[in-house]
Amino acid sequence: MKETEIDELKKLLKDALPPARGVELQRDLWPAMLRRLDQRTFRVPWWDWTLLAAAAALLFFFPGIIPALVYHL
Amino acid sequence: MELLERFAAGDLDAFESLFRQYQGEVYRWILRIVRNTATAEDLTVETLWRIYRAHAQFDVAKGNCGPWMRRIATNVAIDHLRRSRHEIPLPDNLAAPAQQPPAEQLELRREILDAVNKLSPRLRAVVLLALVEEESYESIAQALGISENAVKVRVFRGVRILRKTLTQAGVHS
Repeated sequence: MKETEIDELKKLLKDALPPARGVELQRDLWPAMLRRLDQRTFRVPWWDWTLLAAAAALLFFFPGIIPALVYHL
Repeated sequence: MELLERFAAGDLDAFESLFRQYQGEVYRWILRIVRNTATAEDLTVETLWRIYRAHAQFDVAKGNCGPWMRRIATNVAIDHLRRSRHEIPLPDNLAAPAQQPPAEQLELRREILDAVNKLSPRLRAVVLLALVEEESYESIAQALGISENAVKVRVFRGVRILRKTLTQAGVHS
Protein backbone atom coordinates (compact mmCIF):
# COMPACT_ATOMS: atom_id res chain seq x y z
CA MET A 1 0.00 0.00 0.00
CA LYS A 2 1.38 3.37 -1.02
CA GLU A 3 1.70 6.37 1.26
CA THR A 4 -0.52 8.36 -1.13
CA GLU A 5 -3.32 5.82 -0.69
CA ILE A 6 -3.14 6.25 3.07
CA ASP A 7 -3.18 10.03 2.64
CA GLU A 8 -6.21 9.79 0.36
CA LEU A 9 -8.07 7.71 2.93
CA LYS A 10 -6.95 10.10 5.67
CA LYS A 11 -8.52 12.99 3.74
CA LEU A 12 -11.79 11.07 3.26
CA LEU A 13 -11.91 10.29 6.99
CA LYS A 14 -11.13 13.86 8.01
CA ASP A 15 -13.88 15.21 5.74
CA ALA A 16 -16.38 12.86 7.37
CA LEU A 17 -15.02 13.19 10.91
CA PRO A 18 -13.54 16.60 11.66
CA PRO A 19 -10.69 16.25 14.16
CA ALA A 20 -11.71 16.87 17.77
CA ARG A 21 -8.58 18.93 18.41
CA GLY A 22 -9.46 22.32 19.84
CA VAL A 23 -12.69 21.08 21.45
CA GLU A 24 -12.37 22.01 25.10
CA LEU A 25 -14.15 20.78 28.21
CA GLN A 26 -17.04 23.17 28.79
CA ARG A 27 -17.59 22.61 32.52
CA ASP A 28 -15.85 21.56 35.68
CA LEU A 29 -16.47 17.84 36.29
CA TRP A 30 -15.43 17.87 39.96
CA PRO A 31 -19.06 18.18 41.23
CA ALA A 32 -19.94 15.07 39.16
CA MET A 33 -16.97 13.27 40.72
CA LEU A 34 -18.08 14.28 44.21
CA ARG A 35 -21.54 12.82 43.51
CA ARG A 36 -19.83 9.65 42.31
CA LEU A 37 -17.69 9.48 45.45
CA ASP A 38 -20.75 10.08 47.61
CA GLN A 39 -22.67 7.26 45.95
CA ARG A 40 -19.87 4.83 46.70
CA THR A 41 -19.66 5.57 50.42
CA PHE A 42 -20.92 2.73 52.58
CA ARG A 43 -24.67 2.88 53.14
CA VAL A 44 -26.89 0.54 55.14
CA PRO A 45 -29.93 -0.46 53.05
CA TRP A 46 -33.33 0.65 54.41
CA TRP A 47 -34.41 -2.98 54.74
CA ASP A 48 -31.58 -3.67 57.20
CA TRP A 49 -32.68 -0.71 59.32
CA THR A 50 -36.24 -2.11 59.29
CA LEU A 51 -35.06 -5.53 60.45
CA LEU A 52 -32.97 -3.93 63.19
CA ALA A 53 -35.95 -1.85 64.38
CA ALA A 54 -38.19 -4.94 64.40
CA ALA A 55 -35.63 -6.90 66.45
CA ALA A 56 -35.25 -4.00 68.92
CA ALA A 57 -39.04 -3.70 69.27
CA LEU A 58 -39.33 -7.45 69.87
CA LEU A 59 -36.73 -7.32 72.65
CA PHE A 60 -38.40 -4.25 74.18
CA PHE A 61 -41.92 -5.72 74.28
CA PHE A 62 -40.87 -9.30 75.06
CA PRO A 63 -37.80 -9.02 77.32
CA GLY A 64 -38.36 -12.59 78.39
CA ILE A 65 -36.81 -13.90 75.19
CA ILE A 66 -33.43 -12.27 75.99
CA PRO A 67 -32.20 -15.11 78.29
CA ALA A 68 -33.35 -17.66 75.71
CA LEU A 69 -31.45 -15.81 72.97
CA VAL A 70 -28.33 -15.53 75.14
CA TYR A 71 -28.53 -19.25 75.94
CA HIS A 72 -28.67 -20.14 72.22
CA LEU A 73 -25.86 -17.75 71.34
CA MET B 1 6.14 15.28 44.01
CA GLU B 2 4.53 15.86 47.37
CA LEU B 3 1.12 16.07 45.70
CA LEU B 4 1.61 12.69 44.02
CA GLU B 5 2.74 11.13 47.29
CA ARG B 6 -0.36 12.44 49.05
CA PHE B 7 -2.53 11.16 46.19
CA ALA B 8 -0.91 7.72 46.36
CA ALA B 9 -1.67 7.70 50.10
CA GLY B 10 -5.38 8.30 49.31
CA ASP B 11 -5.61 12.01 50.21
CA LEU B 12 -8.86 13.39 48.69
CA ASP B 13 -7.56 16.98 48.52
CA ALA B 14 -4.54 15.82 46.54
CA PHE B 15 -6.85 13.89 44.23
CA GLU B 16 -8.98 17.03 43.72
CA SER B 17 -5.86 18.98 42.69
CA LEU B 18 -4.86 16.27 40.22
CA PHE B 19 -8.46 16.02 38.98
CA ARG B 20 -8.58 19.72 38.17
CA GLN B 21 -5.14 19.55 36.58
CA TYR B 22 -5.89 16.60 34.31
CA GLN B 23 -9.65 16.60 33.64
CA GLY B 24 -9.30 18.64 30.43
CA GLU B 25 -6.51 16.47 29.07
CA VAL B 26 -8.34 13.22 29.87
CA TYR B 27 -11.57 14.62 28.33
CA ARG B 28 -9.86 15.67 25.08
CA TRP B 29 -8.20 12.28 24.71
CA ILE B 30 -11.43 10.35 25.29
CA LEU B 31 -13.33 12.68 22.94
CA ARG B 32 -10.91 11.81 20.15
CA ILE B 33 -11.95 8.17 20.51
CA VAL B 34 -15.70 8.32 21.31
CA ARG B 35 -16.41 11.59 19.43
CA ASN B 36 -19.38 12.63 21.55
CA THR B 37 -19.05 15.42 24.10
CA ALA B 38 -21.62 14.13 26.65
CA THR B 39 -20.20 10.59 26.53
CA ALA B 40 -16.67 11.97 26.84
CA GLU B 41 -17.65 13.89 29.99
CA ASP B 42 -19.18 10.76 31.58
CA LEU B 43 -16.15 8.66 30.66
CA THR B 44 -13.78 11.32 32.02
CA VAL B 45 -15.46 11.02 35.42
CA GLU B 46 -15.35 7.21 35.12
CA THR B 47 -11.64 7.33 34.25
CA LEU B 48 -10.73 9.61 37.14
CA TRP B 49 -12.89 7.52 39.48
CA ARG B 50 -10.91 4.42 38.47
CA ILE B 51 -7.71 6.39 38.98
CA TYR B 52 -8.82 7.38 42.49
CA ARG B 53 -9.64 3.78 43.33
CA ALA B 54 -6.24 2.64 42.02
CA HIS B 55 -4.27 5.34 43.88
CA ALA B 56 -2.29 2.75 45.84
CA GLN B 57 -1.00 1.21 42.60
CA PHE B 58 0.47 4.50 41.36
CA ASP B 59 4.26 4.46 41.30
CA VAL B 60 5.29 7.79 42.83
CA ALA B 61 8.87 7.26 41.61
CA LYS B 62 7.70 7.82 38.02
CA GLY B 63 6.92 11.39 39.00
CA ASN B 64 4.23 11.95 36.33
CA CYS B 65 0.80 10.42 36.28
CA GLY B 66 -0.16 11.75 32.80
CA PRO B 67 0.75 8.62 30.79
CA TRP B 68 -0.86 6.35 33.41
CA MET B 69 -4.08 8.39 33.24
CA ARG B 70 -4.07 8.36 29.44
CA ARG B 71 -3.74 4.59 29.42
CA ILE B 72 -6.68 4.15 31.79
CA ALA B 73 -8.69 6.70 29.74
CA THR B 74 -8.00 4.71 26.55
CA ASN B 75 -9.15 1.47 28.20
CA VAL B 76 -12.31 3.17 29.50
CA ALA B 77 -13.10 4.59 26.03
CA ILE B 78 -12.49 1.25 24.28
CA ASP B 79 -14.54 -0.59 26.94
CA HIS B 80 -17.35 1.85 26.23
CA LEU B 81 -17.18 1.23 22.45
CA ARG B 82 -17.14 -2.51 23.08
CA ARG B 83 -19.92 -2.57 25.69
CA SER B 84 -22.40 -0.27 24.03
CA ARG B 85 -21.47 -1.04 20.42
CA HIS B 86 -21.43 2.69 20.29
CA GLU B 87 -21.60 4.11 16.82
CA ILE B 88 -19.76 7.30 16.06
CA PRO B 89 -22.44 9.93 15.51
CA LEU B 90 -22.42 12.39 12.65
CA PRO B 91 -20.09 15.11 13.91
CA ASP B 92 -22.69 17.79 14.53
CA ASN B 93 -21.42 18.63 18.00
CA LEU B 94 -17.71 18.79 17.22
CA ALA B 95 -15.86 21.07 14.87
CA ALA B 96 -18.75 21.13 12.41
CA PRO B 97 -18.36 22.55 8.91
CA ALA B 98 -19.52 26.15 8.51
CA GLN B 99 -22.37 25.29 6.18
CA GLN B 100 -24.72 22.35 5.86
CA PRO B 101 -23.28 19.95 3.28
CA PRO B 102 -25.45 18.84 0.36
CA ALA B 103 -27.34 15.56 0.49
CA GLU B 104 -24.76 13.56 -1.49
CA GLN B 105 -21.99 14.70 0.84
CA LEU B 106 -24.09 13.63 3.83
CA GLU B 107 -24.58 10.25 2.19
CA LEU B 108 -20.84 9.95 1.54
CA ARG B 109 -20.16 10.85 5.17
CA ARG B 110 -22.66 8.20 6.29
CA GLU B 111 -20.89 5.55 4.17
CA ILE B 112 -17.53 6.47 5.68
CA LEU B 113 -18.90 6.44 9.24
CA ASP B 114 -20.53 3.06 8.63
CA ALA B 115 -17.18 1.71 7.44
CA VAL B 116 -15.40 3.10 10.54
CA ASN B 117 -18.10 1.67 12.82
CA LYS B 118 -17.53 -1.78 11.34
CA LEU B 119 -13.97 -1.81 12.69
CA SER B 120 -13.37 -3.50 16.04
CA PRO B 121 -13.23 -1.03 18.97
CA ARG B 122 -9.42 -1.36 19.33
CA LEU B 123 -8.82 -0.92 15.62
CA ARG B 124 -11.29 1.96 15.47
CA ALA B 125 -9.51 3.76 18.30
CA VAL B 126 -6.12 3.38 16.56
CA VAL B 127 -7.48 4.49 13.18
CA LEU B 128 -9.21 7.56 14.65
CA LEU B 129 -6.19 8.58 16.72
CA ALA B 130 -3.63 8.01 13.95
CA LEU B 131 -5.48 9.10 10.81
CA VAL B 132 -8.08 11.63 11.96
CA GLU B 133 -6.39 13.17 14.99
CA GLU B 134 -2.85 12.61 13.65
CA GLU B 135 -1.50 11.57 17.03
CA SER B 136 2.04 10.22 16.93
CA TYR B 137 2.50 6.46 16.89
CA GLU B 138 4.55 6.87 20.06
CA SER B 139 1.71 8.45 22.05
CA ILE B 140 -0.82 5.91 20.71
CA ALA B 141 1.54 3.08 21.65
CA GLN B 142 1.91 4.45 25.19
CA ALA B 143 -1.85 4.90 25.57
CA LEU B 144 -2.58 1.35 24.43
CA GLY B 145 0.37 -0.25 26.16
CA ILE B 146 1.72 -1.74 22.92
CA SER B 147 4.78 -1.17 20.76
CA GLU B 148 4.98 1.42 17.98
CA ASN B 149 5.32 -1.41 15.47
CA ALA B 150 2.09 -2.91 16.75
CA VAL B 151 0.40 0.49 16.22
CA LYS B 152 1.72 0.62 12.64
CA VAL B 153 0.39 -2.88 12.00
CA ARG B 154 -3.03 -1.90 13.36
CA VAL B 155 -3.16 1.27 11.28
CA PHE B 156 -2.23 -0.72 8.18
CA ARG B 157 -4.86 -3.35 8.97
CA GLY B 158 -7.49 -0.66 9.63
CA VAL B 159 -6.69 1.13 6.37
CA ARG B 160 -6.92 -2.13 4.44
CA ILE B 161 -10.33 -2.99 5.94
CA LEU B 162 -11.62 0.55 5.39
CA ARG B 163 -10.46 0.59 1.78
CA LYS B 164 -12.15 -2.75 1.15
CA THR B 165 -15.42 -1.67 2.77
CA LEU B 166 -15.45 1.70 1.01
CA THR B 167 -14.61 0.13 -2.36
CA GLN B 168 -17.50 -2.29 -1.94
CA ALA B 169 -19.75 0.69 -1.13
CA GLY B 170 -18.50 2.48 -4.25
CA VAL B 171 -16.97 5.34 -2.28
CA HIS B 172 -13.31 4.54 -2.86
CA SER B 173 -11.60 3.12 -5.94
